[in-house]
Amino acid sequence: MRWIWIDRFEEFSPGVSAVAVKNVSLAEEHLHDHWEDFPVMPVSLMIEGMAQTSGILVGQARDFREKVILAKISKVEISEPVVPGDQLKYHTEIGTITDQAASTHGTVWKNGKDIGTIDLMFSHIDQNLAGTKFPEENFVFTGQFLRLLAGFVETPAK
Amino acid sequence: MPMTDDEVFQKVTETLTEALGVDDDEVTPDATLTGDLGAESIDFLDIVFRLEKTFGIKIPPGDLFPDNVLNNPDFVADGKVTDVGLVKLKESMPHVEFGDFDQDPDVNKLSELFKVQTIVNYVKNKTAG
Repeated sequence: MRWIWIDRFEEFSPGVSAVAVKNVSLAEEHLHDHWEDFPVMPVSLMIEGMAQTSGILVGQARDFREKVILAKISKVEISEPVVPGDQLKYHTEIGTITDQAASTHGTVWKNGKDIGTIDLMFSHIDQNLAGTKFPEENFVFTGQFLRLLAGFVETPAK
Repeated sequence: MPMTDDEVFQKVTETLTEALGVDDDEVTPDATLTGDLGAESIDFLDIVFRLEKTFGIKIPPGDLFPDNVLNNPDFVADGKVTDVGLVKLKESMPHVEFGDFDQDPDVNKLSELFKVQTIVNYVKNKTAG
Protein backbone atom coordinates (compact mmCIF):
# COMPACT_ATOMS: atom_id res chain seq x y z
CA MET A 1 0.00 0.00 0.00
CA ARG A 2 1.18 3.52 -0.76
CA TRP A 3 0.69 6.26 1.81
CA ILE A 4 -1.24 8.48 -0.53
CA TRP A 5 -4.78 9.46 0.29
CA ILE A 6 -5.78 11.47 -2.73
CA ASP A 7 -6.31 10.10 -6.23
CA ARG A 8 -5.85 13.21 -8.34
CA PHE A 9 -6.07 16.96 -8.38
CA GLU A 10 -9.07 18.46 -10.02
CA GLU A 11 -8.07 22.10 -9.63
CA PHE A 12 -4.78 23.68 -8.68
CA SER A 13 -4.35 27.42 -8.41
CA PRO A 14 -0.73 28.01 -7.31
CA GLY A 15 -0.38 29.74 -3.95
CA VAL A 16 -4.13 30.09 -3.61
CA SER A 17 -6.31 26.98 -3.60
CA ALA A 18 -6.68 23.39 -4.74
CA VAL A 19 -9.26 20.63 -5.05
CA ALA A 20 -8.31 16.95 -4.84
CA VAL A 21 -10.48 13.89 -5.37
CA LYS A 22 -10.50 10.69 -3.32
CA ASN A 23 -12.63 7.77 -4.41
CA VAL A 24 -13.38 5.43 -1.52
CA SER A 25 -13.21 1.76 -2.49
CA LEU A 26 -14.16 -1.41 -0.63
CA ALA A 27 -10.86 -2.84 -1.83
CA GLU A 28 -9.01 -0.65 0.66
CA GLU A 29 -7.75 -2.73 3.58
CA HIS A 30 -8.25 -0.06 6.21
CA LEU A 31 -12.01 0.00 5.70
CA HIS A 32 -12.20 -3.56 6.98
CA ASP A 33 -9.97 -2.92 9.95
CA HIS A 34 -11.77 0.11 11.36
CA TRP A 35 -15.18 -1.46 12.08
CA GLU A 36 -15.49 -4.84 10.42
CA ASP A 37 -19.27 -4.90 10.08
CA PHE A 38 -19.58 -1.29 9.00
CA PRO A 39 -16.80 -0.33 6.61
CA VAL A 40 -16.35 3.40 6.99
CA MET A 41 -13.56 5.82 6.07
CA PRO A 42 -11.81 6.94 9.28
CA VAL A 43 -11.86 10.69 9.80
CA SER A 44 -8.14 10.52 10.61
CA LEU A 45 -7.51 9.48 6.99
CA MET A 46 -9.68 12.31 5.72
CA ILE A 47 -7.39 14.61 7.72
CA GLU A 48 -4.42 12.94 6.04
CA GLY A 49 -6.03 13.41 2.62
CA MET A 50 -6.64 17.07 3.35
CA ALA A 51 -3.09 17.39 4.71
CA GLN A 52 -1.71 15.96 1.47
CA THR A 53 -3.89 18.26 -0.65
CA SER A 54 -3.04 21.33 1.43
CA GLY A 55 0.60 20.35 1.97
CA ILE A 56 1.25 20.07 -1.75
CA LEU A 57 -0.44 23.45 -2.26
CA VAL A 58 1.77 24.99 0.45
CA GLY A 59 4.90 23.26 -0.85
CA GLN A 60 4.34 24.37 -4.43
CA ALA A 61 3.85 27.96 -3.25
CA ARG A 62 7.59 27.97 -2.40
CA ASP A 63 8.60 25.83 -5.41
CA PHE A 64 9.10 22.81 -3.12
CA ARG A 65 12.19 24.38 -1.55
CA GLU A 66 10.73 23.97 1.95
CA LYS A 67 10.07 20.76 3.82
CA VAL A 68 6.41 21.15 4.70
CA ILE A 69 5.26 19.22 7.75
CA LEU A 70 1.78 19.04 9.25
CA ALA A 71 2.19 20.88 12.55
CA LYS A 72 -1.32 21.40 13.87
CA ILE A 73 -4.86 20.24 13.28
CA SER A 74 -6.63 23.48 14.10
CA LYS A 75 -10.21 22.37 13.51
CA VAL A 76 -12.01 19.27 12.27
CA GLU A 77 -15.75 18.78 11.92
CA ILE A 78 -17.16 15.97 9.78
CA SER A 79 -20.92 15.58 9.93
CA GLU A 80 -21.55 12.36 7.97
CA PRO A 81 -19.95 8.93 7.64
CA VAL A 82 -18.10 8.20 4.40
CA VAL A 83 -18.53 4.68 3.00
CA PRO A 84 -17.29 2.64 0.00
CA GLY A 85 -18.53 4.09 -3.27
CA ASP A 86 -18.48 7.65 -2.00
CA GLN A 87 -16.39 10.27 -3.72
CA LEU A 88 -14.65 12.82 -1.51
CA LYS A 89 -13.36 16.17 -2.64
CA TYR A 90 -10.93 18.11 -0.52
CA HIS A 91 -11.20 21.84 -1.19
CA THR A 92 -8.40 23.84 0.39
CA GLU A 93 -7.13 27.40 0.37
CA ILE A 94 -4.09 29.06 1.92
CA GLY A 95 -5.03 31.43 4.74
CA THR A 96 -1.57 32.75 5.55
CA ILE A 97 1.89 31.72 4.40
CA THR A 98 5.16 33.05 5.78
CA ASP A 99 8.80 31.94 5.78
CA GLN A 100 8.14 29.81 8.85
CA ALA A 101 4.68 28.34 8.41
CA ALA A 102 1.32 28.30 6.65
CA SER A 103 -2.32 27.94 7.65
CA THR A 104 -4.96 26.41 5.41
CA HIS A 105 -8.75 26.27 5.46
CA GLY A 106 -10.39 23.23 3.96
CA THR A 107 -13.86 21.88 3.31
CA VAL A 108 -14.71 18.23 2.69
CA TRP A 109 -17.34 17.36 0.09
CA LYS A 110 -19.01 13.95 -0.28
CA ASN A 111 -20.78 13.22 -3.56
CA GLY A 112 -21.22 16.96 -4.13
CA LYS A 113 -22.34 17.84 -0.60
CA ASP A 114 -20.33 19.86 1.91
CA ILE A 115 -19.90 17.64 4.96
CA GLY A 116 -17.28 19.41 7.01
CA THR A 117 -14.22 21.47 7.71
CA ILE A 118 -10.53 20.65 8.18
CA ASP A 119 -8.25 23.58 9.05
CA LEU A 120 -4.54 22.86 9.32
CA MET A 121 -1.18 24.44 10.00
CA PHE A 122 2.08 23.47 8.36
CA SER A 123 5.63 24.21 9.45
CA HIS A 124 8.54 24.91 7.12
CA ILE A 125 10.82 22.83 9.28
CA ASP A 126 14.16 24.16 8.03
CA GLN A 127 13.07 27.57 9.36
CA ASN A 128 12.28 26.32 12.86
CA LEU A 129 13.45 28.57 15.66
CA ALA A 130 15.19 25.80 17.58
CA GLY A 131 17.75 25.66 14.77
CA THR A 132 17.35 21.88 14.33
CA LYS A 133 18.98 20.65 11.13
CA PHE A 134 17.27 18.27 8.73
CA PRO A 135 18.64 16.32 5.75
CA GLU A 136 19.38 18.35 2.64
CA GLU A 137 17.11 16.25 0.46
CA ASN A 138 13.44 17.21 0.45
CA PHE A 139 12.06 13.95 1.86
CA VAL A 140 8.52 15.33 2.04
CA PHE A 141 7.80 15.86 -1.62
CA THR A 142 8.67 12.57 -3.25
CA GLY A 143 7.84 11.55 -6.79
CA GLN A 144 4.44 10.12 -6.00
CA PHE A 145 3.19 13.48 -4.73
CA LEU A 146 4.80 15.53 -7.47
CA ARG A 147 3.34 13.32 -10.20
CA LEU A 148 -0.13 14.36 -9.04
CA LEU A 149 0.62 17.86 -10.26
CA ALA A 150 1.46 16.82 -13.82
CA GLY A 151 -0.51 19.01 -16.15
CA PHE A 152 -1.11 21.68 -13.52
CA VAL A 153 2.30 23.17 -12.74
CA GLU A 154 5.99 22.58 -13.44
CA THR A 155 7.55 20.42 -10.74
CA PRO A 156 11.24 20.15 -9.83
CA ALA A 157 13.19 17.50 -11.78
CA LYS A 158 13.92 14.45 -9.65
CA MET B 1 -11.78 55.41 16.34
CA PRO B 2 -9.48 53.21 18.42
CA MET B 3 -11.00 50.14 20.00
CA THR B 4 -11.67 50.14 23.72
CA ASP B 5 -9.70 47.84 26.02
CA ASP B 6 -12.78 45.66 26.39
CA GLU B 7 -13.22 45.29 22.65
CA VAL B 8 -9.59 44.32 22.19
CA PHE B 9 -9.77 41.85 25.08
CA GLN B 10 -12.95 40.26 23.66
CA LYS B 11 -11.38 39.76 20.25
CA VAL B 12 -8.14 38.44 21.73
CA THR B 13 -10.22 36.01 23.80
CA GLU B 14 -12.01 34.77 20.67
CA THR B 15 -8.65 34.37 18.93
CA LEU B 16 -7.20 32.34 21.79
CA THR B 17 -10.25 30.10 22.25
CA GLU B 18 -10.07 29.21 18.57
CA ALA B 19 -6.29 28.82 18.38
CA LEU B 20 -5.81 26.92 21.63
CA GLY B 21 -9.15 25.15 22.06
CA VAL B 22 -9.64 26.64 25.53
CA ASP B 23 -12.86 27.93 27.12
CA ASP B 24 -13.69 31.64 27.36
CA ASP B 25 -13.46 31.63 31.13
CA GLU B 26 -9.89 30.32 31.05
CA VAL B 27 -8.78 33.38 29.11
CA THR B 28 -8.09 35.92 31.85
CA PRO B 29 -5.65 38.83 31.54
CA ASP B 30 -3.14 37.10 33.84
CA ALA B 31 -3.34 33.64 32.24
CA THR B 32 0.04 32.62 30.83
CA LEU B 33 -0.05 31.34 27.27
CA THR B 34 2.13 28.30 27.80
CA GLY B 35 1.53 27.43 31.45
CA ASP B 36 -2.19 28.17 31.84
CA LEU B 37 -3.46 27.89 28.27
CA GLY B 38 -1.12 25.14 27.03
CA ALA B 39 0.27 26.93 23.97
CA GLU B 40 3.11 25.17 22.12
CA SER B 41 5.51 26.63 19.57
CA ILE B 42 3.29 26.23 16.49
CA ASP B 43 0.42 27.84 18.43
CA PHE B 44 2.36 31.09 18.64
CA LEU B 45 2.45 31.27 14.85
CA ASP B 46 -1.23 30.33 14.72
CA ILE B 47 -2.05 33.13 17.18
CA VAL B 48 -0.03 35.62 15.09
CA PHE B 49 -1.81 34.59 11.87
CA ARG B 50 -5.23 34.91 13.52
CA LEU B 51 -4.45 38.29 15.13
CA GLU B 52 -3.33 39.64 11.76
CA LYS B 53 -6.68 38.68 10.23
CA THR B 54 -8.85 39.71 13.18
CA PHE B 55 -7.29 43.14 13.66
CA GLY B 56 -6.11 43.79 10.10
CA ILE B 57 -2.53 44.31 11.27
CA LYS B 58 0.86 43.00 10.10
CA ILE B 59 2.96 41.31 12.77
CA PRO B 60 6.62 40.87 11.70
CA PRO B 61 8.48 37.78 13.00
CA GLY B 62 9.78 38.37 16.52
CA ASP B 63 7.65 41.45 17.10
CA LEU B 64 4.99 40.01 19.42
CA PHE B 65 6.89 36.97 20.71
CA PRO B 66 10.70 36.68 20.93
CA ASP B 67 12.24 35.28 17.79
CA ASN B 68 16.00 34.92 17.45
CA VAL B 69 16.91 36.65 20.71
CA LEU B 70 17.19 33.35 22.51
CA ASN B 71 19.46 31.81 19.90
CA ASN B 72 21.87 34.71 20.09
CA PRO B 73 24.83 33.92 22.40
CA ASP B 74 25.21 37.63 23.18
CA PHE B 75 21.75 37.67 24.70
CA VAL B 76 21.70 34.36 26.52
CA ALA B 77 24.48 32.81 28.60
CA ASP B 78 24.33 29.84 30.97
CA GLY B 79 20.57 29.66 30.68
CA LYS B 80 20.12 33.29 31.73
CA VAL B 81 19.22 36.32 29.69
CA THR B 82 22.25 38.65 29.81
CA ASP B 83 22.08 42.35 30.70
CA VAL B 84 22.44 43.19 27.02
CA GLY B 85 19.69 40.71 26.24
CA LEU B 86 17.39 42.25 28.82
CA VAL B 87 17.90 45.72 27.40
CA LYS B 88 17.23 44.41 23.91
CA LEU B 89 14.09 42.54 25.01
CA LYS B 90 12.66 45.50 26.89
CA GLU B 91 13.43 47.82 24.03
CA SER B 92 11.85 45.63 21.38
CA MET B 93 8.89 44.44 23.48
CA PRO B 94 7.24 47.38 25.24
CA HIS B 95 4.04 45.29 25.47
CA VAL B 96 5.65 42.84 27.92
CA GLU B 97 5.51 43.53 31.66
CA PHE B 98 8.85 42.23 32.95
CA GLY B 99 8.07 42.63 36.67
CA ASP B 100 10.94 41.19 38.69
CA PHE B 101 12.27 39.03 35.86
CA ASP B 102 15.56 41.00 36.17
CA GLN B 103 16.17 39.39 39.55
CA ASP B 104 16.31 35.90 38.06
CA PRO B 105 16.40 36.15 34.27
CA ASP B 106 16.13 32.39 33.75
CA VAL B 107 15.43 31.69 30.06
CA ASN B 108 12.94 29.00 31.03
CA LYS B 109 10.89 31.56 32.91
CA LEU B 110 10.68 33.91 29.96
CA SER B 111 7.54 32.19 28.70
CA GLU B 112 5.75 33.06 31.95
CA LEU B 113 5.94 36.74 30.96
CA PHE B 114 3.72 36.12 27.97
CA LYS B 115 0.16 36.42 29.17
CA VAL B 116 -3.19 37.25 27.61
CA GLN B 117 -2.66 40.85 28.70
CA THR B 118 0.65 40.90 26.77
CA ILE B 119 -1.25 40.30 23.55
CA VAL B 120 -3.87 42.89 24.47
CA ASN B 121 -1.10 45.45 25.12
CA TYR B 122 0.56 44.62 21.81
CA VAL B 123 -2.64 44.95 19.81
CA LYS B 124 -3.50 48.23 21.53
CA ASN B 125 -0.06 49.67 20.71
CA LYS B 126 -0.31 48.42 17.17
CA THR B 127 -3.84 49.65 16.43
CA ALA B 128 -3.14 53.02 18.07
CA GLY B 129 -0.73 53.55 15.17
